Amino acid sequence: MWTEYLIYIFIGIGLTFNGLGTIGLLRFPDVYTRLHAATKATTFGSIFTSLAVVTWAFTQLYLTGQAWGLTLALHTFVAIAALLLTNPVGAHAIARAAHRSGVLPKYAVVDKLEEVKK
Amino acid sequence: MIDIWFLTAFILMVWIFMSLIRIILGPTAPDRVVGLDTINTLIVALMVILAVAYNQMIYVDIAIVYALLSFVSTLYIAKYLEGGI
Repeated sequence: MWTEYLIYIFIGIGLTFNGLGTIGLLRFPDVYTRLHAATKATTFGSIFTSLAVVTWAFTQLYLTGQAWGLTLALHTFVAIAALLLTNPVGAHAIARAAHRSGVLPKYAVVDKLEEVKK
Repeated sequence: MIDIWFLTAFILMVWIFMSLIRIILGPTAPDRVVGLDTINTLIVALMVILAVAYNQMIYVDIAIVYALLSFVSTLYIAKYLEGGI
């Protein structure tokens, strides 16, 4: 069916952005830029690989008419929602903890948070 | 022909091992936590892919539980680094 090409496109986008996030994690100089690259890119990429699974599940539901296709699609949507809601909050907590534990940005021009704390 | 889902799972595993390099090399503790958070996100994506690859619907439920529990552990480590506990 034509949804096969949609699945390939979704998987390609997802794997590309997951890889870009991982390369950013290895290449950037300090913890804040690494967090910036890794969190956003891997959240986006994981959403797209999960959307490929949703597309496959709806295709199987259309082709076979059995209920497990709908179950798989709904549960994958719940997994996407859990990822989408919890990932930015975790990144925020890590960045705040890093700044409070004394790890400063490496090439920072201005650090307004440090000025507030003094 | 290699199945597309197993190929996707293999490439995701390559990204997970590349994130593991950051955990090993990371100069400070928050760097290692960032690597762990990235690996958690990638493992959730990998579990959803493997549910289709092995045709087992129960794996997606495990992925949901893993996403929520890894969030709690990340918050706990962040609270410890901050000096709250």
